[in-house]
Amino acid sequence: MDIFLQQVLNGLVLGSVYALVALGYTMVYGILGLINFAHGEVVMIGAMVALTVMNALLGAAVGLPPSLVLALATATAIAVCMALAFSIERVAYRPLRRAPRLAPLITAIGMSILLQNLAMMIWGRQYRTFPSVIPVTPHSIGGASITDVQIVIIVVSAAIMAGLLLLVQYTRLGRAMRATAENPTVAGLMGVNINRIISATFVIGAALAAVAGVLVAANYSIAHYSMGFMLGLKAFTAAVLGGIGNLAGAMLGGLLLGLIESIGAGYISDVSGGFFGSHYQDVFAFLVLVLVLVFRPTGIMGERVAERA
Amino acid sequence: MIAPFAARFKHWKRDRRALWVGYAMIAVALAVLPFLVDNTLGRTWVRVIDFALIYAMLALGLNIVVGFAGLLDLGYIAFYAVGAYTWALLASPQFGLHLPFWLILPIGFVAAGFFGVLLGAPTLRLRGDYLAIVTLGFGEIVRIFLNNLDHPVNITNGPIGINLIDPVMIGGVSLTKTHEILGIEFSGTHIYYYLLLLLVMATIFVCVRLEDSRLGRAWIAIREDETAAQAMGINTRNVKLLAFAMGASFGGIAGGLFSSFQGFVSPESFILLESIMVLCMVVLGGMGHVAGVVLGTFLLAVLPEVLRHGASPVQQQLFGKVILDPESLRMMLFGLALILVMLLRPSGLWPSPIRRREFADAKADS
Amino acid sequence: MDRGYRDSVWRLGATAAAMLMAVLLAACGQQEDQAATGGDTASSLERVVKIGHAGPLTGPIAHLGKDNENGVRLAIDEANAGGTVIGGEKIKFEMISEDDEGKESKSTVVAQIIVDAKVAGVIGHLNSGTTIPASKIYHDAGLPQISPSATNVNYTNQGFKTAFRVMANDAQQGKVLGDYAVKNLGAKTIAVIDDRSSYGKGLADEFEAAAKAAGAKIVTREFTDVTKTDFTAILTRIKGMNPNLVFYGGMDSQSGPMMKQIKNLGLKATFLTGDGGQTAQFLTLAGPEGEGAYASSPGVPLDQMPGGQAFTDRYTKTFKQPIQLYAPYAYDSMNTMIAAMKAAGSVDPKVYLPQLAAIQYQGVTGNIAFDEKGDIKGGSISLYKVENGKWKYLETKGGG
Repeated sequence: MDIFLQQVLNGLVLGSVYALVALGYTMVYGILGLINFAHGEVVMIGAMVALTVMNALLGAAVGLPPSLVLALATATAIAVCMALAFSIERVAYRPLRRAPRLAPLITAIGMSILLQNLAMMIWGRQYRTFPSVIPVTPHSIGGASITDVQIVIIVVSAAIMAGLLLLVQYTRLGRAMRATAENPTVAGLMGVNINRIISATFVIGAALAAVAGVLVAANYSIAHYSMGFMLGLKAFTAAVLGGIGNLAGAMLGGLLLGLIESIGAGYISDVSGGFFGSHYQDVFAFLVLVLVLVFRPTGIMGERVAERA
Repeated sequence: MIAPFAARFKHWKRDRRALWVGYAMIAVALAVLPFLVDNTLGRTWVRVIDFALIYAMLALGLNIVVGFAGLLDLGYIAFYAVGAYTWALLASPQFGLHLPFWLILPIGFVAAGFFGVLLGAPTLRLRGDYLAIVTLGFGEIVRIFLNNLDHPVNITNGPIGINLIDPVMIGGVSLTKTHEILGIEFSGTHIYYYLLLLLVMATIFVCVRLEDSRLGRAWIAIREDETAAQAMGINTRNVKLLAFAMGASFGGIAGGLFSSFQGFVSPESFILLESIMVLCMVVLGGMGHVAGVVLGTFLLAVLPEVLRHGASPVQQQLFGKVILDPESLRMMLFGLALILVMLLRPSGLWPSPIRRREFADAKADS
Repeated sequence: MDRGYRDSVWRLGATAAAMLMAVLLAACGQQEDQAATGGDTASSLERVVKIGHAGPLTGPIAHLGKDNENGVRLAIDEANAGGTVIGGEKIKFEMISEDDEGKESKSTVVAQIIVDAKVAGVIGHLNSGTTIPASKIYHDAGLPQISPSATNVNYTNQGFKTAFRVMANDAQQGKVLGDYAVKNLGAKTIAVIDDRSSYGKGLADEFEAAAKAAGAKIVTREFTDVTKTDFTAILTRIKGMNPNLVFYGGMDSQSGPMMKQIKNLGLKATFLTGDGGQTAQFLTLAGPEGEGAYASSPGVPLDQMPGGQAFTDRYTKTFKQPIQLYAPYAYDSMNTMIAAMKAAGSVDPKVYLPQLAAIQYQGVTGNIAFDEKGDIKGGSISLYKVENGKWKYLETKGGG
């Protein structure tokens, strides 16, 4: 039983990160109907920037408390990622808003490749160690162990998601975002500055991605230029699973996907009599994606029909 | 001086005979190309051209799906993998099977086509970007399976790959060995060049004829507006499935030849980046335009070699060391090319006349 | 047939013809160049013999590729300085070094370049993934190939008489590791993980077989891949089976973080891995949690090699940098090939190949002799353990 509990915990940690990243996909898709392929790379850039800042601060030996170092690093990462996402949207997506649908999708793929290789140039090909400032001593809950970083991941993700829901539901900006998602033309006629709202969406998504990047890197104490791509795909899957365009759905989808992967990898071998093993862990995510898209394209919580061709 | 000559030349060019002169020039150029390249740049470049021809076949196949039918397929390399592994399993010591090529190629063709339908069928209802993601997932699933089908029953050797794959044999003669015909020495690389050239020509012929056919027009109608196409009485389901199947089959043949030429396959050759590279070739050259796609393929297939021989020495000279290795430089250029082509020249470097008109119209509209 | 089509055929034909002319002109120019330089080589009394080297000179493991290249270069420089005479002719060796980027698809292209350059033999490649496909091209060309560092069993299993290696292969390493796990570390129940790469799978398979043969029980076989950093799901599963030992076949980028997660999950088992983990990078990535991990590495550490110290001195003096990893093996590979040429009195691959197969050569890394497959006879494997944040040498198994 404690093993099962441990797998659930593993899944929750994994899922919280997926959920954070999935929010970025779902917000952009909700408003523009565009899969922002480069979003995963924003997560990676967030982790890398934070790593650089932390190494600089710790190396300079100014004697700042570790939690402050982490906070400063995260803040820098958020700022850089916001600026990055803002420029990506301006350069690669905005000019193509009226172009055939394939066009922005292809620039998004191009942007993803470009960012990955730029990051490789700047930070090298090696796996980089992320300074462990939060102690990683494990605690035991009912026989399952969980580290401080993992607790932070779950708590921070939950807090951020709650904050985002409040923002979208109760602020002027949130109302404008919802209006734009519903019908950009009408929203524009009602006095909403569409361009500003779209930029805001990208920037908010990027801030979440930066936080996710820092959390992932802190959890595994490792960062790498290619860490964002797969994470991005999984998060997108989570967004689709929950119902794309739906914020609560993205969170639910993220957590579910984390659990599916974790429990799947843990038990598939027993269930299939040893024929399938943990090497099919990545297949689960893609299989979920295909199945959801084919049988319920609106996802678990989505009500909007995904007919935006 | 020049003007009257040019006018007469123009007149002569309209002549039917001029067309044959044009054809003859192309044919002679293509026939002697490997020898010229071999003697000037080295045999390596013949090999590079061979690979470019394989990629041309792939790109032409993808062009049917993406260019003609407008279905963005990001997992196209999976069909290439299916073709390559079909050949590898049926003509290697893996299962002790050594079937002749005229049997394996059709099997690979059908197997890849079958996988095309397998992917196409459940995704018919999806549009645009959803399709892209699902195909991407499909491509990864195929690769993961190839990488893992060694356990508990060994089929593919998993990550180790399959080695000692038979080359194309004609009448018991291996085409990868050097042969002397009429006093001229043909190495394996040269013979494969002609074989691949023949197949690429056949593919081009099929593609050009398809484009002008009822089916081709149906694809283009779907690409432009699926709902309208359906209203015009096009059976969109079957027509889309055909696009998937045909595109996949070309990929399957290319995969088989890759396998036999290389003598070795492993899942590493079928990663997502390869799908993106083939897509890049199609997009850069001009989606939907056969000649453009061939141009795009050759540019991108030769690029890494040019970078290897050009960029690294230049950097060495300028900075005293290689700052950007050719591989990452190539990837960056790919990324940039995708973005810039879409922003500045969305119909590609050599767009089809029809597409060019469409994009011009779109601009006039907006 | 419309006019546009006819025009484009015409244009294509004209372009093709123009390009042909250009290439022809270039060809003539190049031939003149060759005629001009031809005099130089003829005037000297030495005969130039080219040796091919291939390895990843760019990319993530470029430092290892360069290291091998340096090893070959040092051997060649020494042979040239010593005035090697083979079959009555004074020989000057020249290295043609090519970059395979560590990629299998590039390796065949590079192999063709080397064959085209009319070399007398090849030292390379570095990885198994590149060595195996390339070996077919060298074999077809009849060129002897010695790999300094490819360890996958399949390289010498293809029946190529031209393929040799001077490092113990994965089967030899896996066997030593399996024996060590059971006999020295006392493991009775073992969980095996591999990274689904050709290296990781090969090593894990051999380990599993050897550990079973030595009497241990393999409780589970789990898998991950080279892009992953999260192993909690499989490690939790392993924890439920409570094995004495966890074996990982794979590289340091995974085994480092894996070690951390093992400790965090409270999994109490000894950690053992192969040469992919016996690196400085493992120590950085695993941090303090790396303490107590075991790993193996083919060959013997530099300071235990018969000619290790002298070689290190010469290497660092020539290249002004420390040895990375496999340079001594690349150096020995080159010298073994030269020794075979001397014994045959010829640099012709056909003539000296039988001599190479039967060679007995005392190299820096130990005695070099090949078995009928081309593997080194009695290749040695060394074992290490992390103590106080450093790899500590324990002992060497096998070898002679």
